[in-house]
Amino acid sequence: MSFWGQTLEIARVDLRVERRLGDVLRIVLPFAIVALLVFPVALGVDLSAITLVGPAVFWAVGVLFGMQVALRQAANDPPERRDLYSLLGVDPAARFAGRSLSGSVLMVGFLVALLIGMIVLYSPRLPPGWPAPMVLALLLTSIGLTELGTLAGEVTAGLRNRTALASLIVAPLALPLVIGGSQTLESLSRGAVILPWILLLVATDLALAVLGVALARPLEEASR
Amino acid sequence: MRLHRVDAHVILESCGVSLGGRPILRDVTFDVAPGEVVGIAGPNGSGKTTLLRLLATLTAPDSGWGTVLGAHLGTNEVNPIRRHIGLMSHTPAVIAELGIRENLVHAARLAGEDQERVDTALRVVGLADAATTRGDASSFGMLRRTEAARLLITKPKLLLLDEAFSGLDVDAQELIDALIERTVADSGSVVMVSHDAAHLGERAVRVLSLAAGRLVATG
Repeated sequence: MSFWGQTLEIARVDLRVERRLGDVLRIVLPFAIVALLVFPVALGVDLSAITLVGPAVFWAVGVLFGMQVALRQAANDPPERRDLYSLLGVDPAARFAGRSLSGSVLMVGFLVALLIGMIVLYSPRLPPGWPAPMVLALLLTSIGLTELGTLAGEVTAGLRNRTALASLIVAPLALPLVIGGSQTLESLSRGAVILPWILLLVATDLALAVLGVALARPLEEASR
Repeated sequence: MRLHRVDAHVILESCGVSLGGRPILRDVTFDVAPGEVVGIAGPNGSGKTTLLRLLATLTAPDSGWGTVLGAHLGTNEVNPIRRHIGLMSHTPAVIAELGIRENLVHAARLAGEDQERVDTALRVVGLADAATTRGDASSFGMLRRTEAARLLITKPKLLLLDEAFSGLDVDAQELIDALIERTVADSGSVVMVSHDAAHLGERAVRVLSLAAGRLVATG
């Protein structure tokens, strides 16, 4: 089977497993919505201020809970399955790409649902023409976060407390994605150019993709 | 250094493996020819599973050298030959949230094998009526049969069995026997490890004994 065939097959099965487990829809998303509700209450922000800070809160909550979506594979990747994939001749880079693809699909769904939740709850003042740049930023942030989560899962594979360790890796490295995502909307509000922030997201995604593919086999061998 | 058969599927020469700084295998030397069934007996903790993982190319030797299906262990040569190795390990490698048939289709697709063989394999292992049962709702015996079906589909040249008969009823044991016979008939080779030497003696041409990581006797 070709590289892309293996990538699509792994992504297909990952999504089927997720559909049956429902971790993202039934656990992560409701908690993220609750966080959206609690955040302004905890800060004591008045209702008019919420409409201003809404998008920023969305990105903060989205990336924090999105990490849980990105890292779900780290907790759901037993060594015998990794061994099986090796003995079926699966290219480790295809495994990385497949997991990143399935994770990105889930992440986009998660962030879009959260975005709708934020709009309903906060009624934010969004600049005209926001949907297209916002969707693009969401897509690029989702891809980057998932690549980061998959890479962190590979780095920590075989280690004790791997989920906690993977979170520690993802959190600081997700900074360019948070900045790129939030500043895209912020620049749009100020009438500034959004291209630098979109380019930041694209560059981060590409760098993580190259890193993930290049390190996939050495990391797989090192994890045994 | 002893002379090994040039066409051997497995050659190990003075191989040692350490895990976490602790030596698990020491100075292991043996070979397995095509069509041969070799048993390795030893008590718990003697290094049997590590030896199978070495043969499966999932662990590299720290000392000595070896080849599996012509590829040198611990090098990139092992990457293309891995798909010709079949491993039945302690823990069945089945995705819990997928049905038995779905697991087999997934494995067949990834290995580039014909998916039509999935239904044939299910019938052979007696799981045709349980094809939609999820992995997490299957008994250990059903999971072992699923693994046997996968090995029927992927047709490995080197079959590695880790305590493959334990916990199985007579029918399932006969199924593993049939898998061994088919592998041998296709000029493949089989290495099986167990703590039960008598069990191995019934099936293997040679039975080697492993104690504290060393091959100590040949029977």
